[in-house]
Amino acid sequence: MLSEEERREIGEDLEHTPTREAATIDALKVVQRHRGWVSDEAMEDIAGELGISTAELERVATYYNLIFRQPVGKHVIFVCDSISCYLTGQESVMEYLMRKLDIKLGETTTDGQFTLLPTVCLGHCEQAPVMMLDWEIIGNLNEERIDQALADAMAKEGP
Amino acid sequence: MTVEPVLTRNIAVRPGTTWIADYEVNGGYQGLRKAIGMAQEDVIKLVSDSQLRGRGGAGFPTGKKWESMIPLDRSGRPRYIVCNFDEMEPGTFKDRFLVDGDPHQLIEGMLIAGYACRAQKGYVFLRLEYRRIEKILRQAICEAIGKGYVGKNVLGSGWDFELHIHTSAGRYMAGEETGLLDALEGLPPNPRSKPPYPGTSGAWGRPTVVNNVETYCCVPHIIERGAEWFVGLGKAKDAGSKIYGVSGKVKSPGCWELPMGSTLGEILDLAGGMQDGYEFRAALPGGASTKFLDSTRLDYPLDFSSLKEIDAYLGTGTAIVLDDKTCPVAVSRNLAMFYARESCGWCTPCREGLPWQEKILNDVENGRGEPGDIDLLLSNAKMLGPNTYCALATGACFPLESAVELFREDFEQHIKQKACPYAER
Repeated sequence: MLSEEERREIGEDLEHTPTREAATIDALKVVQRHRGWVSDEAMEDIAGELGISTAELERVATYYNLIFRQPVGKHVIFVCDSISCYLTGQESVMEYLMRKLDIKLGETTTDGQFTLLPTVCLGHCEQAPVMMLDWEIIGNLNEERIDQALADAMAKEGP
Repeated sequence: MTVEPVLTRNIAVRPGTTWIADYEVNGGYQGLRKAIGMAQEDVIKLVSDSQLRGRGGAGFPTGKKWESMIPLDRSGRPRYIVCNFDEMEPGTFKDRFLVDGDPHQLIEGMLIAGYACRAQKGYVFLRLEYRRIEKILRQAICEAIGKGYVGKNVLGSGWDFELHIHTSAGRYMAGEETGLLDALEGLPPNPRSKPPYPGTSGAWGRPTVVNNVETYCCVPHIIERGAEWFVGLGKAKDAGSKIYGVSGKVKSPGCWELPMGSTLGEILDLAGGMQDGYEFRAALPGGASTKFLDSTRLDYPLDFSSLKEIDAYLGTGTAIVLDDKTCPVAVSRNLAMFYARESCGWCTPCREGLPWQEKILNDVENGRGEPGDIDLLLSNAKMLGPNTYCALATGACFPLESAVELFREDFEQHIKQKACPYAER
């Protein structure tokens, strides 16, 4: 069941969308913000709230890469693997992160802290190589900056 | 080089974000005031006369899009102004730079478009990763509402205009003009068949203008200072000033405002040249979906028309530099991976062809290439591009075809040696 807060936030989005369907992406993000990801049960609840079919909502949810239909770690790391980052050392950034966290791309650490995902260009190419951790952009990556960013994330309560 | 800053007139004088008080002091919202005193058709004519071309990459004449909004639908159904702020073209960060420093310039441009096209609602379609920009824009819109620029009866004109932000949830296809409209409607973005163009049937089937951030940012200045002045800003064939940028192994990557028609050489100078130990080999002049230009083109004017003459493209104007230590085959594979992953799967050539291109390039890079692979890549490219609804696959073929043309020896060497010759560099 959607919480009161989730319903209220979805309602705010509905105020400026001409159709209820137009709020699908916002609604998915509302639930994800509160729960970290969007479960099958939540999918049915959101579809019910918007008056669309669950299948229709699924088509949307599984298209967009920033909607999580599987549980993720407390902190999600997106590493850019597009061209500007590739030219400036993205491969070593990725390798270092996988080694340090002891996971492959798409996996979550056993303690549930970090999920590591690749992403396309994050639009901060002047700071390449770049990653996004807890939805914050961190650029000019090297091993020290990555260590610091992971430590900062661990010290925080949550994203 | 001293050029009067236009799009960066606030960014140039102030670190951080320019909020409404400073924006107004420096001439802000004068373009809107002037536009509201004019007939809508005259505003559109002024934009057409300015020869402003879309800064998102395609360079479509902005005035033409607005003119398509002139036939008035008397049903009173809503008409929309949409700003494409998806900025997902690899290597592109100019729109973020503009709005981070001067959010009201975008808002004012959208307001003028809204007035000229008799729209009642505007949406900024913003990528989710730009959270900092979302905060800045929300605050700026609140300021604009507080001052009566946005909302009911704008500046006492009797015209109402609402402005909203829609944050997306990823995927390159959401930045394609009609895919963006799907995304705004809450659907997965697929390209639409055109015609009808958005000016006839856009968001929710209503007349809609979709322009890029930088395009809207040019508009207040055109209204204020005239079409002729704007045309005169360009150094070569196209009008206006332009945010150019560069990334890759240069000393200080970034972006700068220069006259339209400036050169790669000038941009590289602003970036302090190449990093020590690296030589310039080639550059994609405006994001991934353009063609490589080598060092013989360092002094060639970068604008839509001039580049078209040499069968190249300006794209977004933010260049990506390929250095001499990076393998052009590996770079082509990286680009192919991007396009294959981001294809929405709507059109068969794109859905099936791009992963095939990626696989061939991966094989060549890893020493598993076969004689004939290069020709296969090129013949695939010929079939891919023209047979799809949108320009994603075409854009994917530009860097590849030009890389093969400029670096064919590198591709051949990979296949002959069954290894990447750059591995030890």
